[in-house]
Amino acid sequence: MSKLNSPADLEHLREEILAGRDPDKVCITLCSGTACNATGSGKVAAAIHEEFEKQGLNGSVEFRKTGCHGFCEKGPNMVISPEEISYIQVTPKDVPEIIAKTVKEKKVVERLLYKDPATGEKATHEFEIPFYKHQQRSVLANNVKLDPKNLNDYLAVGGYSAMVKAFDMGPEAVIAEVKKANLRGRGGGGFPAGIKWEAARNALGDRKYVIVNCDEGDPGAYMDRSLMEGNPFGVLEGLIIGAYAIGASEGYIYVRQEYPLAVENVLSAIRLAEERGLLGKNILGSGFDFSIEVHRGAGAFICGEETALLASLEGRAGEPRARPPFPATRGLWGKPTNINNVETWANVPLIVNNGADWFAGMGTKGSKGTKIFSLVGKVNNTGLVEVPMGVTLRDIIYKVGGGIPKNKKFKAVQTGGPAGGCIPEEHLDIQVDFDELTKFGAIMGSGGMIVMDEDTCMVDVARYFLNFLSGESCGKCSPCREGIKQMHRILTDITEGRGKEGDIELLEEICLSTRASLCALGRSAANPVLSTLRYFRHEYEAHIHNKRCPAFVCKKLISYYIDPEQCQACLICFRKCTSGAISGGKDKIHIIDQAVCNRCGTCFEVCPTRFGAAMRLSGDPVPAAIPEEARILIRETKSEKESKAT
Amino acid sequence: MDTTNISAIIDKYNGEASALIQILLDIQNDLHWLPREALELVSERLGVPMSRIQHTATFYKAFSLVPKGRHEINVCVGTACHVRGANRVLEVVQNITGIQPGETDADLKFSLETVNCLGCCALGPVMEIDEQHLGKLAPAMAADLLKGYQ
Amino acid sequence: MSEIRLKIDGKEVTVEAGKTILDAARKAGIDIPTVCHHEKLESFGGCRLCTVEAESGGRTNLVAACIYPAANDLVVWTRSPQIDKIRKVLTEQLLAYAPESEVLKAIAEDYHADKDRFPKEPSFCILCGLCVRYCAEVKKKNVVGFLDRGPCREINFIPELAAVECWDCKECFPLCPTSALQAAFVLTEALISLSPSLQKIDTRAKTASA
Ligand SMILES: Cc1cc2nc3c(=O)[nH]c(=O)nc-3n(C[C@H](O)[C@H](O)[C@H](O)COP(=O)(O)O)c2cc1C
Ligand code: SF4
Ligand code: FES
Repeated sequence: MSKLNSPADLEHLREEILAGRDPDKVCITLCSGTACNATGSGKVAAAIHEEFEKQGLNGSVEFRKTGCHGFCEKGPNMVISPEEISYIQVTPKDVPEIIAKTVKEKKVVERLLYKDPATGEKATHEFEIPFYKHQQRSVLANNVKLDPKNLNDYLAVGGYSAMVKAFDMGPEAVIAEVKKANLRGRGGGGFPAGIKWEAARNALGDRKYVIVNCDEGDPGAYMDRSLMEGNPFGVLEGLIIGAYAIGASEGYIYVRQEYPLAVENVLSAIRLAEERGLLGKNILGSGFDFSIEVHRGAGAFICGEETALLASLEGRAGEPRARPPFPATRGLWGKPTNINNVETWANVPLIVNNGADWFAGMGTKGSKGTKIFSLVGKVNNTGLVEVPMGVTLRDIIYKVGGGIPKNKKFKAVQTGGPAGGCIPEEHLDIQVDFDELTKFGAIMGSGGMIVMDEDTCMVDVARYFLNFLSGESCGKCSPCREGIKQMHRILTDITEGRGKEGDIELLEEICLSTRASLCALGRSAANPVLSTLRYFRHEYEAHIHNKRCPAFVCKKLISYYIDPEQCQACLICFRKCTSGAISGGKDKIHIIDQAVCNRCGTCFEVCPTRFGAAMRLSGDPVPAAIPEEARILIRETKSEKESKAT
Repeated sequence: MDTTNISAIIDKYNGEASALIQILLDIQNDLHWLPREALELVSERLGVPMSRIQHTATFYKAFSLVPKGRHEINVCVGTACHVRGANRVLEVVQNITGIQPGETDADLKFSLETVNCLGCCALGPVMEIDEQHLGKLAPAMAADLLKGYQ
Repeated sequence: MSEIRLKIDGKEVTVEAGKTILDAARKAGIDIPTVCHHEKLESFGGCRLCTVEAESGGRTNLVAACIYPAANDLVVWTRSPQIDKIRKVLTEQLLAYAPESEVLKAIAEDYHADKDRFPKEPSFCILCGLCVRYCAEVKKKNVVGFLDRGPCREINFIPELAAVECWDCKECFPLCPTSALQAAFVLTEALISLSPSLQKIDTRAKTASA
């Protein structure tokens, strides 16, 4: 592969690639992101290769394995161009038919189309599926268009043109453009990227660094992972532009090792860029030198915090340090350093190419552009969602997400990761915007959005996050280490029936003390408690005063019970019980031994709804078991049943 | 203990102290744990005090100071899986394997860990056994799956 | 050397550039409680008992006085209802480990902290890091270090080094705000792990390595 020595060389190569591509050629794109891999996209790919071989299609039909399309709920996802026919939940068995019908005869395989559960309407193209229809994809747009291991794919969609443009503009103009766009950090803090870049540019130092933060430890969020896996080129291009603007000669990509595919794809993208001279010495003859190294994180949420990340990059335990001094003046090895989130970097080439006005044309007054959310939990369409800032939570959950499964009632949406907050039904019409979410006790965070329905216990949610944080606190400073530990202990007590008068007040006192913590992990650790107390105080009170878990989640406060009046001795729960707690027989009414039952809820789930015999109880005592002799079930004969019915 | 592999790993990073975490990750991937001899060798070669190596090796979750079982089970307890009942799955897994997260059983059959989001939230609750993702779990199903491992 | 002018509790104070709020306050005779701070060691910012309110550019932040650089036009308040509440809870949490600690008892008196507010902890160590940092920064021996993270964090002596270095030193013990009980215990434990005859009674070394 020859090195490109000038922007003209790059354009020449781009023309060559485009000339060699026939837009009318059939191309099968298969999502090979982590979620689709888990649902079998690897096997589908193997089936496609096999079928190509059998039918002699190699060469005449293109096949491209791409990053995440976003609609993970219905994976593996497939799109067939040029018609852009979209298939969902494709299995290896479907492949021969897809090739025979769609590829060869241009006919649609109806059963693989998305069917709207509400209207029953089928969608032939991704853009007709409600999940995609209400999104606005700019950062994620290229994920479906390219093979993350193929630089030519990226060049074909205009890759590296923003870098060339930035070299033309000069560093100050690039920073001015990013400032004008008011790009705010996507990693959680929402700090304006342009201002940070300027500080790093103006800081004194012979050597400067830029860093991509892909630690993404937020449980239930995978935006950064999908960008890194699906389009590492875009992140690299943004990083090169930022490095050029700041005057940095070295970059680091900090990516958690739990994301092996992201590590693999970004390493490959770096190698490809180096081979082409898009990274390294004198990039495209501009005189700008820049190199990138990948550093794998070893499993510590706190390493997403920028000063802990720096400690980790230097080979130490990831303990934060006090700021000031900020990394912009004293960062890695004491040198000026600029750290941004993956999605922040990925926005940069778009801003440079389309201009600040284009970017600032989307969103609200204080929050511009789009934001990617990982919409998960109790929602019909789980997946990655990119929407302009300013869209309401309701639209995201109901229009894009398709509402709550199984006709359950919505309870709250949790945004912002472990340090975020829960927003209840009455505030669903607020817009997603950095400042607006904060006002309501949540935060934008990095984009986790977890939908909770009536079966979610909010005290348990708070306990869950505090448990998470207690395992992830670095333990250096005492308000965080001890405060989280105590809050977690009290919440555990409450959820296990040991809650007592004064617990809520003590929690509130500890919440205040955690604000004295060294870093933002500790300082925001009280948020899950404060926001659930703000909107769901009554649930805390039910647990403490009535030993009742209204959502039937807290195991120590619930029991399962089989109503002898309803039990049909069908043996289903008897067989499925995971702890052998159910006694019964073919004609013997089933009884749960409360001492043995582990409260896994399997009986409640499997009991046929027409019987409805397995029940949940909370706050009420379990009725005494019926006497042995009353357990023999006398079944009604068919005629008796009929006579009863009339 | 044969230390040639470990030496090779250290050489790959030119014995640089800043690469400590990368080196430990490579050793962990190679041996599935970090034996004390390995840590001592790393300490000596990188010139990093043993107290710092131990802090690092116990600070990050990816490292294990004991040998792992034949099958590594990771139950996802990310928020999305949690609200979909990951805890109930975890409890069943604990009951069947007889170990708690972070432990390995006496026969070195299973090692159990909880992880914070495998990035397959759409499939929650999810667990991963030997790098294979198993999704849409219910307690009874998890119990059945585990029986298939030797 | 340039001078910094700031205001602490309404008082104008001047200090050299590079000093912290704590330095400035001490110079002005204003008391701020500290636990993890020590003149000979680099600032750590771990115990946060020195938390004060610092106002600059129209914003008030809670900062650790021992580590926050004194800056021109900074307005600092070392006492307020909020700060008192925070110091009270922080002291109570640490007292659960070391109810007999003189340092903590003195602070507890000032802030009406109740030593029985939180359940007793099975360790005497409050993780101020004085011994760890002293051994690394002053003695440059790195015999004692931290292990693990979050609530599982603890101090630990490296047995082979301890056997050589600690006999004649133990200079970290008098620095300990909790009378070094835990340090003595952990050190003894490390030494026992080297002695085959004593290992039998060392149950912890086994669980620690497991
Ligand atoms: C506990 C904690 C965890 C964090 N985790 C991440 C993370 O996983 N990814 C990220 O980009 N930023 C994370 N941040 C925010 C970073 O400290 C930093 O603000 C961010 O990387 C800056 O980039 P941005 O301005 O582009 O958002 C975290 C912060 C804290 C306090
Ligand atoms: S707030 Fe928590 S995570 Fe941050 S430095 Fe303190 S102990 Fe560590
Ligand atoms: S004295 Fe400042 S944090 Fe301990």
